[in-house]
Amino acid sequence: MSLQDKYKELTDAAGTLGVANLQVREQDNVLYVDGEAPNGAAKDQLWTIYNKLDPDFKTGDLVMNVNVSPAAPGTKATVSTDSSNLNIRKGPGTDQPIVGKAAHNSTVELVSKTNDQWWLVRTEQGEEGYAYAQYLSPQS
Amino acid sequence: MNYKVSAKSRMLMFFLAFSVLLTSCGNKDKAISEAIDAKKKEMKDLAGLTAAVEKGTVTLSGQCPDSSARTMCEQTITAIPGVKNVVNNITVPPPPPPPAPVVIAADDPLTKSVNDAIKDYPGVTASVKDGEITLTGDIKRASLQKLMMNLHTLKPKKINNQLTVK
Repeated sequence: MSLQDKYKELTDAAGTLGVANLQVREQDNVLYVDGEAPNGAAKDQLWTIYNKLDPDFKTGDLVMNVNVSPAAPGTKATVSTDSSNLNIRKGPGTDQPIVGKAAHNSTVELVSKTNDQWWLVRTEQGEEGYAYAQYLSPQS
Repeated sequence: MNYKVSAKSRMLMFFLAFSVLLTSCGNKDKAISEAIDAKKKEMKDLAGLTAAVEKGTVTLSGQCPDSSARTMCEQTITAIPGVKNVVNNITVPPPPPPPAPVVIAADDPLTKSVNDAIKDYPGVTASVKDGEITLTGDIKRASLQKLMMNLHTLKPKKINNQLTVK
């Protein structure tokens, strides 16, 4: 079975869910799915399908780079760490000095998306710095 | 009875015959045009084309989605009674350019961002080589998807997941 067939349910769902700039490419026996999901729920849904088609993501034959569309500046995001505070850093990288903290479940303002991993944010206390995007959930 | 025909009437007859020939030719072309219009209603690919009919020769122009549709249109017209010749000027759009190759992150920035991503998963170790991320160690099933969602955005070539899922 070709990779496109194996992940057909996933790519079909991406189309139905309104993933923008959807690209499905096969290269060296890996299927690359790129695009921008309209919201976090759509992205989660795609990942649920992926996990169903390839339990625990064991096969390594898919790279799904589907992100939520860049939030407009000024959007608020909730700090979605497990329980700890989120480090706010001077630059985008864990090697950068910590300039502040954002409490678990507090709200920060998105200033800009530097890349898919690091977003420039402003905390409620007015501290500005880079936070790891994985722990930020944009509020719609 | 005198069967001799005067030069004048011979001329007249010639003109008559010639005009009959002309009209019949025109009628045939008209019939072909009507047959083409009827075919256009049946064939979607044909509908968008222009067909000029002159003395039994049909010149097709316009665009078809692909070369098989182009041939099919020509064959349909050729099959119409009275058509002597078909000039196929139908164009077919060029095929779309192949998709751009997938961009794979270079090992150095990839290693750095992979280390950022796994830092909060104490049981997980990662190595990066030629764009491939290899994950070893163990992880809770609840955390696996979150980690994977993150690693997949780093533009790796491949993710070799050798994690033991607990």
